[in-house]
Amino acid sequence: MTDSDTQLRSVYIWVCEGTWRASVDAALSLAPADARFTLLHVTSPDVPDAAHGAYAGLFGRGHRAADDPGTRLEKMAATSASDLLKAAAARLGRRCERLEVQGRPERAVVAASADADLLVVARDGDRTRLGPKSLGKITRFVVDHAACPVLLVWPEPAPDVATIPPPPHHPPPPPHHPSPPDR
Amino acid sequence: MLAWAVIRPRGWPEAVAAAPAAVILIAAGAIPAGAAGSEARQLGPVIGFLAAILVLAHLCDDDGLFRACGAWMARSSAGPSRRAVPRRLLVQVFVIASVTTAVLSLDATVVLLTPVVFATAARLEVRARPHVYACTHLANSASLLLPVSNLTNLLAFAASGLAFGHFAALMAVPWLAAIGVEYVVFGRFFAADLNTGDLNALPRRDRARADDEDTGLPVFTVIVVVLTLAGFAGASAAGVNPAWVAFAGAVVLAVRALVRRRVAPASLVRAADLPFLLFVLSLGIVVKAVTDNGLGRALAPLLPGGTSLPALLATAALAAALANVCNNLPAVLVLLPLAAPSGAGAVLAVLLGVNIGPNLTYTGSLATLLWRRILRHHGSSPDLGEFTRLGLLTVPAGLVIGVLALWAGLHALGG
Repeated sequence: MTDSDTQLRSVYIWVCEGTWRASVDAALSLAPADARFTLLHVTSPDVPDAAHGAYAGLFGRGHRAADDPGTRLEKMAATSASDLLKAAAARLGRRCERLEVQGRPERAVVAASADADLLVVARDGDRTRLGPKSLGKITRFVVDHAACPVLLVWPEPAPDVATIPPPPHHPPPPPHHPSPPDR
Repeated sequence: MLAWAVIRPRGWPEAVAAAPAAVILIAAGAIPAGAAGSEARQLGPVIGFLAAILVLAHLCDDDGLFRACGAWMARSSAGPSRRAVPRRLLVQVFVIASVTTAVLSLDATVVLLTPVVFATAARLEVRARPHVYACTHLANSASLLLPVSNLTNLLAFAASGLAFGHFAALMAVPWLAAIGVEYVVFGRFFAADLNTGDLNALPRRDRARADDEDTGLPVFTVIVVVLTLAGFAGASAAGVNPAWVAFAGAVVLAVRALVRRRVAPASLVRAADLPFLLFVLSLGIVVKAVTDNGLGRALAPLLPGGTSLPALLATAALAAALANVCNNLPAVLVLLPLAAPSGAGAVLAVLLGVNIGPNLTYTGSLATLLWRRILRHHGSSPDLGEFTRLGLLTVPAGLVIGVLALWAGLHALGG
């Protein structure tokens, strides 16, 4: 960025089922109003693939392409993704680009947001307390590997700081310790 | 011939290879015509039973039964706590998928219910992965309960000599145990996906499409299905082949649907899947020929006799392994004649193996899986690791607990 101020230019919002509202709201309240917004949704092939596989497993019966539930799931997933992006764009209420990508979500999000000035991500794990489990596996990968700055938001008010487990009671023993025999 | 069934050149039905193979084996004397005939006589009613169940499930779908299930799942999953929606939906999916598989067979769950479950998850804005995976897993592991739940069961039912009610009574606890194992594993395995209920989410009105509308429960169809089920047990106790009851149930629904012009006769014939029925018949004859000419002798030492707990566990493990190598249909055809002399307990242990086992590979067998991998020219390869890890967590535990339940049941109820 060559501008003198810290204005963000390109803000990517990762739109996920269940947590996208928090991401959109965070982008609205924390990103500059004139940023270029991109709503990014990734459809993973593994859910339709599981249905394709189950159909192929019906030995001798899984041979009609028209009956393959995996194909129906692929169509429904595409519709669902475009509906989700439409709803997210409506909530954002700004000019934005909608980007629908197919692939493994963790890698697709990192690749798509590589040149962004900010990526907005919502926590999606166990959100009853603060800690590493508040990020699911895929979100963890994105946070760990992102090539751009990441804004990591809680989808609801964050749990109390007291939910962090207390530190270990006894300090660990020193690594090398010429111990005399006990007693 | 198995290779043909897996590869399916040009999408031709499996029977194109299987039927000539059976004819050649008979002509070459690998199986005497009389033995082939008695195999066919034994398989005939089984195949008729299967056709009736396939048609019954198809008619239930036409009458909106699965749409009604989707609407019920959506209604009862939505509640005061939005965060709990994915987990509540998982419970509903487990209930519906287990009952659908048990009553209308695993085909109904895979082909008819899975898309409804995905649509329901999308409507509730819930990540669909755990729920769709649950359908694919339960189609196998929840197909233990009734003879009609799985073609493997129909074959074993004919071989075991058990009455319909006795079969269901012996399998009820293993069925519940296998479902319980799946539920516990799914709840932990998919914890992240199941925790993403959105506190701010409101029902999305723009989603309401014509096919999502709640058409209400098709009461008539449900009554016919329940009566058919009751009829299975009654007919079996009275010494009548329950296939006739399935046939009667299918006829009642078919006549009603035809009179109301809701289905075309051609679609009913298509639902009965005649090429598949011919395939099963041919497969039975071919497997009989192969078993009589050496495979049976080769496998017999591997299969422990008797119905002691270790013997049942080993039988189920061997059946699961064989099902994963080729497929559960050939596996059950090979193992049934070997297990039948040890009694109904051994036959049911084979069923536990061939029904739960296929969850290890997401296409039900390594053969199908390898071929699909070869065919996949384009795009990313599916994440096999996750599906296999899930299978490794559910299958061994399900087998062990299922066999324990079966063993206890055999002692309590008698095999």
